[in-house]
Amino acid sequence: MTNPDQERRIAFEWREPRSAYDVVIVGGGGHGLATAYYLATRHGIANVAVLERSYIGSGNSGRNTTVIRANYGIPEAVRFYQRSIELYQRLEEETERDLMHRQKGLLWIAHSEPGVRAERARAAINTAFGARTEFVTPEEIARICPQVDLSGGGIWPVRGATYHPEGATARHDRVVWAYAEGAMRHGVEVHQRTPVTGLRLDGGRVTGVETPRGPISAGVVLAAAGGHVTALGEMAGLRLPIRSHPLQALVTNHYERRFEPIVASADLLFYVSQTARGEMLMGAEIDRQPSYSYRSGHHFLQYTAFRAITLLPFLRDLRVLRQWTGICDMSPDYSPIMSATPVEGLYLTTGWGTWGFKAIPAGGEGMAALIATGEPPELIAPFSLDRFAKDRTLADRGSAGTH
Amino acid sequence: MSLVIPCPNCGSRPVEEFVYGEVPLVPESITDPDARDLDRAFMHGNPEGPVVERWFHAAGCRRWTTVRRDTRTDQVLG
Repeated sequence: MTNPDQERRIAFEWREPRSAYDVVIVGGGGHGLATAYYLATRHGIANVAVLERSYIGSGNSGRNTTVIRANYGIPEAVRFYQRSIELYQRLEEETERDLMHRQKGLLWIAHSEPGVRAERARAAINTAFGARTEFVTPEEIARICPQVDLSGGGIWPVRGATYHPEGATARHDRVVWAYAEGAMRHGVEVHQRTPVTGLRLDGGRVTGVETPRGPISAGVVLAAAGGHVTALGEMAGLRLPIRSHPLQALVTNHYERRFEPIVASADLLFYVSQTARGEMLMGAEIDRQPSYSYRSGHHFLQYTAFRAITLLPFLRDLRVLRQWTGICDMSPDYSPIMSATPVEGLYLTTGWGTWGFKAIPAGGEGMAALIATGEPPELIAPFSLDRFAKDRTLADRGSAGTH
Repeated sequence: MSLVIPCPNCGSRPVEEFVYGEVPLVPESITDPDARDLDRAFMHGNPEGPVVERWFHAAGCRRWTTVRRDTRTDQVLG
């Protein structure tokens, strides 16, 4: 799909907030807007307001590295993210917007014997639960991505990889805009520059939110605030299993050749893909200390550059153009939390850590069904908030540490 | 500029020399022992603002130090 006039023709209509809605969604990122979109289009619930304290997509939805994949390490996650892959594949058609969605294939490289065993296990569990992932040898890696240095700079020799052909990327702010526009076309209101400063509670249930533009009543409030979810939980007296960690990323100037697949290494904790402009986009792991600071660090540049040229020596000829930071809502088991809470009417979509972008369609679809029916659909039911008290955590090695 | 941690033995050193240690604070309002265990294991205050935390100078003197830091700015507070 090409639609060169898309930005001009996107039909956003901004209004003043009303005093009451059926559903108020706190956070105008991908998850909040997708939930609004699916509430309006799948469940006929359009009396919905999305409140965003800055501009839509200003948080992690506009700061991630845009990777879409389902090669996770536990059955619940594989099924959920595979649903998201499938929704993404149809999203351009559904929203009639060019999201620059591109299926590229993803190589997940192992440099050690334990790494090879982990990748073989990943391929087996992916295949069993509906994602397409196969183990490939170094010779096959060279065919899929000739730029990979199979000797790993003499330090990290490549022993094998899993190949995930449905790995894809999409332009992240276009995804945000498409959901916002689609939701608004069905009657949802999106209010930017509208921070939530308090929750209104009556007994054990939520009745609305406080904002500088006045109080807003709501039967249901969804917290979709990314790294800032803890403050919303506190307003309702809830302690959450979330710590907010910075995650940094960088892009280089453009590489004049096509670099087709997304390449990641679990042993090196590093990943890279090429943007539509030809820039090489890369990231590594989260900063170890919790923080809400958007500052970038030199240490990240240093170790990411080292890993980059170890795996892909051509990167040494490129220059770093930009570096930025997002604030990730990390859960203890590296799995998301999509759930009702002990406060009636208050719902959460959080724990999106470093893996939230790929989950936007399935997360929004699942949360909309949960809010509309009061019952979690099967795909998201395991990701409830009470799993920690019930000793049913979802520790997922397949998501840990990288995108 | 990255986060800089003041070490009482080694002076101000870059954060990558240290290992982070959270000080888990279970609110006193939680009294049930099981609920306190759950909170200590999984829940976090995750404050936006000043926080007291421990840092281990792994690549230096290998001693622990206590630091007050503002998580909004990564400024270490005196």
